[in-house]
Amino acid sequence: MITLGLDIGSLTAKGVLLKEGQILVKHLIPVGYNSKKAALLLMDELFEKAKIKQTDVQKTVATGYGRNNIDFADKTVSEIICHGRGIHFLLPEIRTIIDIGGQDSKVIILDDKGNVANFVMNDKCAAGTGRFLDVMARAMETEIQYFGELALRGKNPSKISSVCTVFAESEIISLVAKGENREDITSGIHLSIARRIVSMVKRVGMKPPVAMSGGVALNVGVIDALQKLLETPVITTPLAQYGGALGAALLAEEK
Amino acid sequence: MKRIMRRYYTEAKYAKLLGKKIAWITSGGPVEPLIAMNIIPIYPENHGAMIGASKLGGKMSEFAEGLGYSQDVCSYVKDDITSSITKESPVPGGLPEPDMLICSNNICGTVLKWYEIQARKFNVPLFIYDTPFVHTEFTDEAREYVNEQTKEYIRFLEKHTGKKFNYKKMKKVGHLSLEAMRLWKAVLDTAAHKPSPLTAFDAFFHLALIVTLRGKKVVVRYYKTLLKELNERTAHNIGAVDNEKYRLLWDNLPIWFRMRWLSDKFASHQAALVADTYTQAWCGVIDLIDENDFLGTMGEAYTRIHLNVGVDQMADTIKTFIKQYDVDGLVMHSNRSCKPYSFGQYDIQKLIREMDIPVLMIEADMTDDRKFSESQVETRIDAFMEVIKQRRK
Repeated sequence: MITLGLDIGSLTAKGVLLKEGQILVKHLIPVGYNSKKAALLLMDELFEKAKIKQTDVQKTVATGYGRNNIDFADKTVSEIICHGRGIHFLLPEIRTIIDIGGQDSKVIILDDKGNVANFVMNDKCAAGTGRFLDVMARAMETEIQYFGELALRGKNPSKISSVCTVFAESEIISLVAKGENREDITSGIHLSIARRIVSMVKRVGMKPPVAMSGGVALNVGVIDALQKLLETPVITTPLAQYGGALGAALLAEEK
Repeated sequence: MKRIMRRYYTEAKYAKLLGKKIAWITSGGPVEPLIAMNIIPIYPENHGAMIGASKLGGKMSEFAEGLGYSQDVCSYVKDDITSSITKESPVPGGLPEPDMLICSNNICGTVLKWYEIQARKFNVPLFIYDTPFVHTEFTDEAREYVNEQTKEYIRFLEKHTGKKFNYKKMKKVGHLSLEAMRLWKAVLDTAAHKPSPLTAFDAFFHLALIVTLRGKKVVVRYYKTLLKELNERTAHNIGAVDNEKYRLLWDNLPIWFRMRWLSDKFASHQAALVADTYTQAWCGVIDLIDENDFLGTMGEAYTRIHLNVGVDQMADTIKTFIKQYDVDGLVMHSNRSCKPYSFGQYDIQKLIREMDIPVLMIEADMTDDRKFSESQVETRIDAFMEVIKQRRK
């Protein structure tokens, strides 16, 4: 049986094709303004990569912000359950999952069977989300994929006191004007977002071991800052960005 | 309900012709002495709820912000200030102007400034019924303090109506008010039945009378009829939500402009919001009132309402409801407008952890639709319901 999991986020669309519990292919593309169009394109590319036809797919589950626009999916499931399932599949021992998404950040607590026991999401503000990192990387004129490494090179992280994305950006401009170096400012930015996440972790009650899911897990600066503040290792996997899509594909297999 | 409310607002509109005075009063204020003195009570907060339900809240808040009020000021205040200037309102012509203002700070501190502003605008006398915050216990000094104000309140009413206080009628009003509260409690208690014959959304609707007109016969009659209907529903196991499978508790004021959407959203998960802490506030202090000495005991009762006590006690109340209504989860509305209601919610979450039920926090506002983000709320509700379903397995 082949199943498809689609995770249509606010920034990227991720897809995983699963065959008998094995990942056949995975793929991601930027979403743009039309999430349904992105999902269709993503599927075409997935099928081409896997050398299968759409009719070979028995079941499709969609998740992510765009999930309700995917009318051809058999079912939609929220990101919380999907990330929980995906990470439990990849890293069965994990009890706490942190996912920093484009619009939403979440901390998910799993029970020993991999079911979601509890979760907490960020408040309405963008400060604790992936969008914050995006805006800040642009302010620092750095490509997002190198942003984390830059943070690791900071020796005396700058103090970013604002919790607001917009105000933090102007705060950074004044730090630049003061002559603070890029590495230190970037390091401060990463600590700032990590502090927001850590307060969410504490609110829901951390259960080690902790892992990160979602695209931001690829950012070593965030992982490093979280480890420092949580005083516990934060585990990640190269497939972290596909956590939600994989979970969706696994859920499609179940029913 | 619509008929009663229409008659109420029509009577208020023609109060001058009827030779009656109008008092604007806060939602938690002691209304019974007004009824006893034949004064028509008008609730700007009830009006605010109507403005919210008519989806005018965002626009009207914006107008008040243009006057200089902060974004963070309560939207009921902003709606009221706007409406008293522009006359924009779901009630034709807006609220009738007050002859006096009665303000009790048992619900929040904002009402003090709000009523001061309106007292200046309308140039009318203002009475402040000051209720000390009950952190842990209600002291004898506090009792003396509020009882003294009850006497002052009566002198205030006598002065501004030019009439002697009607103690005989007050006795009747006290009995009727208490009877209405008991009936309201009985109405809400029916939700303990599975399936629940009413949801919190229904309670938000039926609440209007216990807030605005308690102490009047019509309220007792209305709730008696409602209770009878609900009892019939429970007898026949008719639920408010089709195939009720999950039961939830709501905390804080409703999101007036999204009642239908939220109700449908939860119903689509076969979830019924069976109870809430908000509508319960109008029957939470029945035991503190002496039926034969309403005036002498109302001070304590009005001081010890849900919003004027510490978080420990609020958490205890929530725990009681979790057990009484046998709920699977708690939905907390973090209400941008209502600070005293929203401020302790994270602490309450911690205090009720032993109950081991999932808690969902929705950020919104009771009337300001600019503070509501549909897709964010939808994702949170879906995820919350999935967790509840998973736990049931």
